[in-house]
Amino acid sequence: MGWFQRNTEGITTKTTEKKEIPEGAWYKCPSCKTVVSAQEHEDALWVCQHCDHHERVGSTEYFALLFDNGKCRSLAPKMISEDPLNFTDTKSYPDRLEAAKKKTGLNDALRVASGELGGNPVVIACMDFEFIGGSMGSVVGEKIARGIDHSIKKGVPFICISKSGGARMMEAGLSLMQMAKTSAKLSMLTKAGLPYISVLTDPTTGGVTASFAMLGDLNIAEPNALIAFAGPRVVKETIGKDLPEGFQRSEFLLEHGFLDAIVPRSELKAKLDFSIRMLHASN
Amino acid sequence: MNYLEFEEPIKTLREQLVQAKDIESKNDLDMTTTIVELEDKIVEVTKEIYSKLSAWQHVLVSRHPDRPYALDYMSALTNGEFMELHGDRNVKDDKAMVGGLGEINGQPVMLIGQQKGINTKMRQYRNFGMANPEGYRKALRLMKLAEKFNIPVVTLIDTPGAYPGLEAEERGQGEAIARNLIEMMQLRVPIICIIIGEGASGGALGIGIGDMVMMLEHTWYSVISPESCSSILWKSWDHKKEAAEALKLTGEDMLANKLIDGIIPEPLGGAHHNREEMYATLKSEITDYLKKLMPMDADKRIDSRIRKFSNMGVVTS
Repeated sequence: MGWFQRNTEGITTKTTEKKEIPEGAWYKCPSCKTVVSAQEHEDALWVCQHCDHHERVGSTEYFALLFDNGKCRSLAPKMISEDPLNFTDTKSYPDRLEAAKKKTGLNDALRVASGELGGNPVVIACMDFEFIGGSMGSVVGEKIARGIDHSIKKGVPFICISKSGGARMMEAGLSLMQMAKTSAKLSMLTKAGLPYISVLTDPTTGGVTASFAMLGDLNIAEPNALIAFAGPRVVKETIGKDLPEGFQRSEFLLEHGFLDAIVPRSELKAKLDFSIRMLHASN
Repeated sequence: MNYLEFEEPIKTLREQLVQAKDIESKNDLDMTTTIVELEDKIVEVTKEIYSKLSAWQHVLVSRHPDRPYALDYMSALTNGEFMELHGDRNVKDDKAMVGGLGEINGQPVMLIGQQKGINTKMRQYRNFGMANPEGYRKALRLMKLAEKFNIPVVTLIDTPGAYPGLEAEERGQGEAIARNLIEMMQLRVPIICIIIGEGASGGALGIGIGDMVMMLEHTWYSVISPESCSSILWKSWDHKKEAAEALKLTGEDMLANKLIDGIIPEPLGGAHHNREEMYATLKSEITDYLKKLMPMDADKRIDSRIRKFSNMGVVTS
C-alpha cells in the first residue's frame, strides 16, 4: 500500500464546517509583512497601522475620502485618448489603451470632479497610477485644463492629487506639451486669485513633477512618497553610486524645501479643509 | 570637417574636389571643368541626401559636433557685442545654461540658451548642455530682468535633457522647470524660442514657452530622446531609429501636430556647412518676429500665448 493512498474518495470536509474566505480577504503589507483583513485595511484608508505604509490607491478611493459623503460630479468623464501619432512600439498605442481600460475600468489616468470638501465647493483632480503608470498624455492635460477652467468659472479652489510615472511616451511631443498646457492654466488660476493645492502621492515623477505637481500654492505630500524629476534608477546610473537612504522621498523633499507639509492620509481631508478655510476665507 | 555616416558620398566628392584643386595648382593644369562638375555634383548629392533625411538622421545632424552652439549664435546675432550675465543669485553659475544682453538690429534682447562644449574638456565644463536647477533659475532671473526693462527674450534650445544628477534632485530640478513654465506663460515681454539642436523633454521646455516657438530645419524636439525611448519601450538600446520615427520628433511632424509655430531653413547640408548663412537667416527671422510681437499689447500677447499652449493635445470628448 502506497504512502499516499487515499482512504476515502473526494473532499470530506462537511460544508457546515467550511470557512468563508473570499478572494482578497486579507492584506499583507509589502513593507512590514503584517497581515490584516481587507476590511480593516480599508477602514484604515489603505494605510498599514503597523508601519504607516501608504498603499497606492486611485481616484475612486480619494474621491470617496475627500468629497463630503463621497458625493461629486465628474467633469468630462467620457474623454478618451486618440492615437494621433500612430504610435507603435512592441505594442500599438490603441492596444495599450484598450488593455488599460479593461484592466482598470477607467477611461484614462486622471479623473476630475467637482463637489464639496468640508462644506466648501472645490474641484479635485486625481491621477490613477494603474492606467499606464499614471502617465500624462493629452487626456490628462485636457482634464486638468477643464478642471481649472471650472474652478475659475465657479471661483473655487483647485486640488490635484498626483501619482504618475511622468509623460506618456506614446504621445511624444503632445505629451510634453501637456506640461506647458497645465502650467498655462495654472497661471490663469493664480491670476484669478484662487488657491491651488497640490497633493503629491507615491510615486510622482518626471514631467508631472516638472509641471503642475510642484506648482501648488501649497505642496502637500503623503508620507514616504517617491517624488522625483529623474527617477532613482536614472540618477543612480548617472552618478554611478548608491543613493542615500530616503533619497527622493517626501521627508527628503521637505528637508530640502520643496514641500509645505507631509500629511498622513488619515488627516488629509482635515488638512485640506483647513488650508482651504485659511486661503479662501473670503468665500 | 566631420562627416556623418550617411554623408559618405559627400565626403568622397569633397575629397576629389580637394585633389583636383591640388593637381591644378601643382601641375599648372586647367582643371576648371572637373572642378565645376564636382562642385555641381556636391550640391546635387547633398540636396539629394538632405531632402530625404530619416528622423534618426535629423537627430544625428542636430548633434553634429561642428554645429554652432548657443554662444556662437549669441555672439553672431549681436555682432560680437554680447555681454554674458552669470549666476542664479542663489547657488552658483550653471555653465550649461548661458544668457546675456545684446542688440539684434538695434533692438536690445535677452538671449538665453543651453551651451554645449566644443571639445572633451569643454563638454565636461558645460555638462554636455544638461542644466541643473540653478541653470533654469538663472534663466528665469534673466527673463525677469528683461521683463523689468521691457526687453524681449530669445531662447536658444539645445539640450539632451535636464541633468538627472543627485544634487539636481536635491535642489529641485522638477520645481525649477515647473516654475519656469508658469512664469514664462505670464512674462510681459515677447518670448521667442528656437530649437537650434536637441530639444529633449522638460529640459528643453524649461526655456521653451514662447510667443513664437521655432525649430531649425535639422533639429528634433520631443518628450524623450530616441535612445531612452528605445530602452524603456523596447527594453533595449537597439531600436533608436524606430523610436525616432515613432516619436514624430522632426520639425515637420511637430508642426503638423501644431506643437511649434514654424521651421527655419538651414543652409544646404546643415547649419555647420555655412555658419554665416545660418546666422543671417536667424537674425532676419528674429527681427521679423520682434517687429510683429513688440507692438502687441502685453495682455493680448500673453492671452494668445496661453491659448496656443492650451490648445495642444488631441482627445475625443
